[in-house]
Amino acid sequence: MPSYVNPEKCDGCKALDKTACQYICPNDLMVLDKEKEKAYNQEPEMCWECYSCVKICPQQAIEVRGYADFVPLGAQVTPLRGSDSIMWTVKFRNGSIKRFKFPIRTTPEGSIKAHEGFPEAKVEDLDSELLFSEPDTLEVEFPTLKK
Amino acid sequence: MPYEAEIKEVETDVLILGGGMSGCGAAVEASYWAKPLGLKVTLVDKAALDRSGAVAMGLSAINTYLGMSGRASYGQWTPEDFVKYVRTDLMGIIREDLVYDVARHVDSTVHLFEKWGLPIWKDENGKYIREGPWQIMINGESYKVIVAEAAKSAIGIDNIYERVMITHLLTDDNDPTRVCGAVGFSVREDKFYVFKAKAVICAFGGAVHVFRPRSTGEGLGRAWYPPWNAGSTYALMAQVGAELTCMDVRFVPARYKDGYGPVGAWFLLFKCKATNAFGEEYMVTRKAEVEKFQPYGSMTPMPTCLRNHAMLLDMKEGKGPIYMRTPEAIKALAEAIPDEKERKKKFKELESEAWEDFLDMTISQALLWAAQNIDPAVEPSEIMPSEPYFIGSHAGASGAWVVGPADLMPDEYKDAFPALYNRMTTVMGLFTCGDGSGASGHKFSSGSFTEGRIAAKAAVKFANDHKDYTPSVSDEKVMKLREIVYRPLNLFEENKNATTRPEINPNYIRPKMFMFRLQKIMDEYVGGISTYYTTSEKLLERGLQLLQFLKEDSEKLAAENLHELQRAWENVHRMWVAEAHTRTILARKETRYPGYVYRADYPELDDANWRKFVNVRYNPQTQEWEVIERPYVQLVPE
Repeated sequence: MPSYVNPEKCDGCKALDKTACQYICPNDLMVLDKEKEKAYNQEPEMCWECYSCVKICPQQAIEVRGYADFVPLGAQVTPLRGSDSIMWTVKFRNGSIKRFKFPIRTTPEGSIKAHEGFPEAKVEDLDSELLFSEPDTLEVEFPTLKK
Repeated sequence: MPYEAEIKEVETDVLILGGGMSGCGAAVEASYWAKPLGLKVTLVDKAALDRSGAVAMGLSAINTYLGMSGRASYGQWTPEDFVKYVRTDLMGIIREDLVYDVARHVDSTVHLFEKWGLPIWKDENGKYIREGPWQIMINGESYKVIVAEAAKSAIGIDNIYERVMITHLLTDDNDPTRVCGAVGFSVREDKFYVFKAKAVICAFGGAVHVFRPRSTGEGLGRAWYPPWNAGSTYALMAQVGAELTCMDVRFVPARYKDGYGPVGAWFLLFKCKATNAFGEEYMVTRKAEVEKFQPYGSMTPMPTCLRNHAMLLDMKEGKGPIYMRTPEAIKALAEAIPDEKERKKKFKELESEAWEDFLDMTISQALLWAAQNIDPAVEPSEIMPSEPYFIGSHAGASGAWVVGPADLMPDEYKDAFPALYNRMTTVMGLFTCGDGSGASGHKFSSGSFTEGRIAAKAAVKFANDHKDYTPSVSDEKVMKLREIVYRPLNLFEENKNATTRPEINPNYIRPKMFMFRLQKIMDEYVGGISTYYTTSEKLLERGLQLLQFLKEDSEKLAAENLHELQRAWENVHRMWVAEAHTRTILARKETRYPGYVYRADYPELDDANWRKFVNVRYNPQTQEWEVIERPYVQLVPE
């Protein structure tokens, strides 16, 4: 499916103007049913199963059921994404379970300042082939072809 | 009451269209140079920056890293080495100036990624672990989140417009050959956006769902490349007259069947082999047939399309399913360790690495393995070539014909351009990068970000050199465009009650059926999966006739809401890609890329006559397409 929403867990992101899943879906699939206050996937056959909605849901109300036209029933892949790592639980059709944990980033969330630690741009460097942070981040002399 | 949205006008200096890898690279670079010049940079994304573009789900490797300073576990390549590799993989026709340019900057980008917080696998000496000669392994679940955070920090949240679908580029009233902005609509509110800029960078990614996919039910969305890449980059540029190149160099990735999980780690890191159902290695048994495509058939590594070709020869003879022989690979890796305790530990590591490869970038594949009870140490898994995609950053090369760097671009290319700014297209003020710039594949994520940086620095310079320029766009033109953009909503409202079921109505066509019609034409006439990627002049000509009907009917697209309106315009953009592709294949009278596309009427590769670029250009004034041949120029010796 594509992602589906468990109505018992989904709270429509309460008073927020848009739900977290609606905010994040790269393909504009998740919408809020305003009457029921529950989110749903409006176009499951356009879902890439990227799990962005699953990972962001504050209620862990979203799961994925594999595409019905080629995935046998009964398996489940569930992430639990923290600030520096992600834990995956892979449940097989035959009931066996595997669990994996992988790092996702080495810096605190929200800490990135792209230009920090580099000198400010100089207008006279606009004509140079060197990009921001170079040659420092290249760590070698800037290459060019000998014609 | 016709649908009328409020017009929101945004004036800026450098406008970045698209927030994927190259768009984020452009944002980081443009804002850096714009600051001392007092120029404004604006970015538009049709989704949310954190999870937009092709890297939305994450990636398990960075495929382009030269390691020039010696940071990798092995391989300290030069840009010349990289040019040779890409030239071989793309069958001898690339823009060597562009490929070299990406290569010489790409390590800088990767080092920035690591500084920002992207975890890169390291060996016991602290060196980046390579997957293959050019690739390094990462823990990339949050790759795009990290890159987006960097872009946001550079450009500022207030200068980012999310959930805006760009439908058209704007040209200047006083000079229709110059691009000066873009229009589009909010998918969330009743707002019609008019962006005016001195320089525009078009970076909306590649194109998916132009061809009929192998999964057409619920699994329609499980394309290898994301379904939201609708070809807007190519379509928007074509519409204003930009010359496109290599639109025949589609990409057909052979991946794990149906889930399209990555095979790179299995082939390169785990040294896995692929065979037919009888255990025969098609790369060995089909050697002589592949070598017919000289000189590329004898080169190493074997070009991607030729590897597909060998596999397809077996498939056509009924020797499938084709399998990735995972158990043998795992056994060999484990057996290399004599100590049993160590071997068990290694086995556990390998298992984790194999699953991370899927979970970082193609979760569906993990789900499919779990649903089929697949243990890769016990049974092999099917692989299969997918439907064709358009992608300038991978082992394909579709995109615009662009200016190269001042120190490298051959003189032969200079007269195509109105001005020489790196990565500017043949249209004044219009730049592109990533999947949008053609003839320079194998950029992947790191190279796309890098090329976004290259384009952005040049675009800032362009904007600064044209400081006194103010875009001239009449209110009349804006109103007309707004009417066109929202036409599908109005058409639906006006006609929906003409029948008892809104899907079936003689007055309009819904976006999904429009897409299916396009996919059927492309699949059957232009060499999709149903013909084993084979087409011919007669088929292509018939395909163009049917595309013409589709083009006429695009004015009858109807949409029930803003979401469907997005789909309507995405499919119009796909249609433009389809036409550029079909016309290019028609013009190239040889089979240059067997395994991607076959000309049944010209089944051989013909280097003597066709080792050159076949470009196409739509002329907005005459509304006609022309074919332009441009020479291949070799810069790096064999």
